[in-house]
Amino acid sequence: MSQKTAITKKPICKRPTFRMLPLGFCSGCHYGIIYRLLDEVIQEMGVKGDAICIGGGGCSMIGAMAMDIDTFGGPHGPGAAIASALKRVSPNAFIFAVQGDGEQGAIGLGSFVATAARGENITVITMNNACYGMTGGQLAPTTLLGMVTPTTPEGRDHGMSGYPMHGPELVAPLKGVAYAARGTVHTPANRQKSKKMLKNAFQKQQQRLGFGVVEFLSACPTNWKLSPTDCIQFIEEKMLPEFPLGEFKNIERKE
Amino acid sequence: MTERILSTGNDAVARAAIYAGCKNYFGYPITPQSEIAHYMARELPKIGGCFLQSEGEYAAAYMLLGAALSGERALTSTSSPGVALMQEPLSMMITAEIPAVVVDTQRLGPGTGTGGQQGQTDYSFVTRGVYGGIHYPVLAPYSVSEIFEFVQLAFHIADKYRVLTMVLTDFILGRMTEYLELKTFAFGPLPEKDWALKGKAHKGGRTDFLLTVTGMMLDIPGFFAHQQEKSNRIIDSETRYETYKAEDADLLIVAYGYTARVSKRAVNMAREQGIKAGLFRPITLWPFPKEALKREALKAGKVLVVEDSPGGLAEDVKSAVEGVSPVHFLGIQARHTASPEGLIFPERILQEVRELL
Repeated sequence: MSQKTAITKKPICKRPTFRMLPLGFCSGCHYGIIYRLLDEVIQEMGVKGDAICIGGGGCSMIGAMAMDIDTFGGPHGPGAAIASALKRVSPNAFIFAVQGDGEQGAIGLGSFVATAARGENITVITMNNACYGMTGGQLAPTTLLGMVTPTTPEGRDHGMSGYPMHGPELVAPLKGVAYAARGTVHTPANRQKSKKMLKNAFQKQQQRLGFGVVEFLSACPTNWKLSPTDCIQFIEEKMLPEFPLGEFKNIERKE
Repeated sequence: MTERILSTGNDAVARAAIYAGCKNYFGYPITPQSEIAHYMARELPKIGGCFLQSEGEYAAAYMLLGAALSGERALTSTSSPGVALMQEPLSMMITAEIPAVVVDTQRLGPGTGTGGQQGQTDYSFVTRGVYGGIHYPVLAPYSVSEIFEFVQLAFHIADKYRVLTMVLTDFILGRMTEYLELKTFAFGPLPEKDWALKGKAHKGGRTDFLLTVTGMMLDIPGFFAHQQEKSNRIIDSETRYETYKAEDADLLIVAYGYTARVSKRAVNMAREQGIKAGLFRPITLWPFPKEALKREALKAGKVLVVEDSPGGLAEDVKSAVEGVSPVHFLGIQARHTASPEGLIFPERILQEVRELL
């Protein structure tokens, strides 16, 4: 005998509120999902009124522009430095910087590592799609070995352009870092796990425990030249072996 | 009664910022201005301010931007190569109209330059605006008390027009010690910073997004029309200069910064000998006081630019007085010695004046 559940009008989660919709990402891009998670977590934690987003330069900025909170964006790379200073002068604001993998591992690497080492009470969200999405899919610090891009036409060769960079693992050993993790949003289960990671990272900021970073794996169908469903398979088979998921640092109190 | 103290030019920068209500400093060590950072590192924590030594000048200017996003006043200081590293963030701040103040205690020469010696070789570099075709105001003090006043004025101009503002000093001005009257200058009312990022809960639910992407907030012609309109207001209201014994001068010396001090002395020496020399000193290097200089040059008939560089100011002077008066130039070749201690002395300027008259 099936028991009918009464339809409740109580929402189980709030809808994301964006300043502009659609966000304008390519079909099959995961950035929209990541921004939705960001908005959900901010709403659930009740920090939306104090939240300020520092966007970068590149595809990641498009979502930052749409967030229904105070936002700055445009410069490519220095998000962690900007967020550091803003947090120091507005210690009660809730500040996160969203950046691409090129901003984390190449042009903004200096500020990313220096900010982590200083233990700034900010959160960095990195979107890793293994290429420079906005400029045409060129070699990024996170491009997989063998992957063909316009600047690695024969595939990434480690003798020529080195090995993929792992941002969260790189900064995790630094004493200033309270939280470092990598998640993915290509399956519903992983989406929920990643949401928990975001929450954990944001809680470290609230508890003033230090720097937090969450990297998200993300599809780039346009530049990978794969269909959205093939992208999911690519993440599963190629990205995950190179970029392990999980928490690399999660401290409960300051050392 | 205002307190009168002895201060170096570099310390005067830091003191002025604090007197102007700026409690946030970001910077990276570079000679000959690191004393500004030393002062701020010592004093800002005492008043609940923020001192942060960055991972480089590029980051320092982005930190300046980050702090200024809050609506608070913020300062960075550096020297010539550091300004080069700051070009992108400075252009971003101008584009998104985020006001703050940068001090360039210029050092001599291109490349690494001479770290601890005088020179005025940044003129063209800092007065032509940032990439993207937008200018920003540049103030050029020539004494410690002027440094103290102009840094405060720079904060006022920055907030009044929502524009990045620079104060250009040099090794000599930064390291010299003079009397200074400690006071806060009142320059008039300022608009409310309703654009500042504070979180929507603190702005009645309203959100702002400040973007550096030209053409995304306004259409392209609209963006440049807005910037041009602002530039015109700055040119109309903020152009500043000073003349000294120029009324009856037969020759007008044009100089700024430390060479203006030397030139003033040369003018006095010339007058003692019955030679009618005068001085025109641009105080804002951008906007450049073109009209006033043209007027004064027309009266004098002869112009001599004195500048401790191969010529930057000279170009602005030439374009201002073109067709009105010949422009003569006494530059870095007129230093008294070839070593980095070389200076253009008043006697050398006087000699040039005598030859021209």
